Amino acid sequence: MSFINVPAREINCKIVYYGPGLCGKTTNLQYIYAHTNPNAKGKMISLATETERTLFFDFLPLSLGEIRGFKTRFHLYTVPGQVFYNASRKLILKGVDGIVFVADSQIDRMEANLESMENLEENLKDQGYDILSIPMVIQYNKRDLPYVASVKEMRELLNPRGLQDFEAVAPQGIGVFETLKAIARLVFLELKKGR
Amino acid sequence: MESPQVMFDEEFREIQAICDKLQHDANAKVVFIVDKNGQPIASSGETEQIDITSLASLTAGNIAATGGIASLLKENEFTTQFHEGEKSNIHIQIVAQRVIMVVIFDQRSSLGLVRLRMRKAAEDLTAVLMRLLKKAESPGAQTPLDQITDEDIENLFKE
Repeated sequence: MSFINVPAREINCKIVYYGPGLCGKTTNLQYIYAHTNPNAKGKMISLATETERTLFFDFLPLSLGEIRGFKTRFHLYTVPGQVFYNASRKLILKGVDGIVFVADSQIDRMEANLESMENLEENLKDQGYDILSIPMVIQYNKRDLPYVASVKEMRELLNPRGLQDFEAVAPQGIGVFETLKAIARLVFLELKKGR
Repeated sequence: MESPQVMFDEEFREIQAICDKLQHDANAKVVFIVDKNGQPIASSGETEQIDITSLASLTAGNIAATGGIASLLKENEFTTQFHEGEKSNIHIQIVAQRVIMVVIFDQRSSLGLVRLRMRKAAEDLTAVLMRLLKKAESPGAQTPLDQITDEDIENLFKE
């Protein structure tokens, strides 16, 4: 849920990167962190295991400029992708304003993508949200790897509603900022509509 | 009950005053108030050496995780948490089921004093939060969103 601080002239929104294990959610945040002006970002926090798998969440506060004299601050979170961390995933969705679903383009991860999408729908429902009405974009990540599914196939599987979607290679930054901008724009449009 | 969506000047001043008073009365290093989604609301004390944004997010994560444990144990929530360090201690309390009040203190204070002062501050904060909630829900409440146009949004993303 967005938080508008009138005295501080700030609009704060929460965006969650969701998707199956090892699909590149943390890599998206790492790229954004590494390629953002130091004045526009806070510290990136990763609560990860010793093997650098996300344990609870990654967090990155980011400023995206001003609207009508109000600073826009986005809090980017990732969820742990591994199936058994579902309790944590559910908690991180609390108060979410927009979702980036990061899908792994490798053919053998299609089932994991689908499972994660279904899990997102269930967890959103548990938090009182409807997947059909929350701002959401989809990113097809790892496009540079061999044995990837075609975008057409991935759309049919994961994006039957025709949401905005992006091809990405997160470690190289391909598609990363495009995805972020798209979700930020959708969140603002939704906020405006909601008033 | 949902978190407050909008913070107005008058209530912000009152919440800041509660924060300042608690920091003074509890002899604390830092006091801050954060909503359950991790958005910092107000802070007081030696904040210049502390990353309040990160602390707010981690505190909210901590409270969310503890809330998850509580529900597995069929408890409503655990309203307070205390972490003791070598130099600094941290006391965390949920207020009115919607915001989190955090006091960081060292040997200049004590857990007993902090708890005592937090109790009073929590009562005062609850009263302000209730008023804020009513105000935010009232039809005449003005927020910047009322004036934002589609063009403003597009301008934000112009290359």
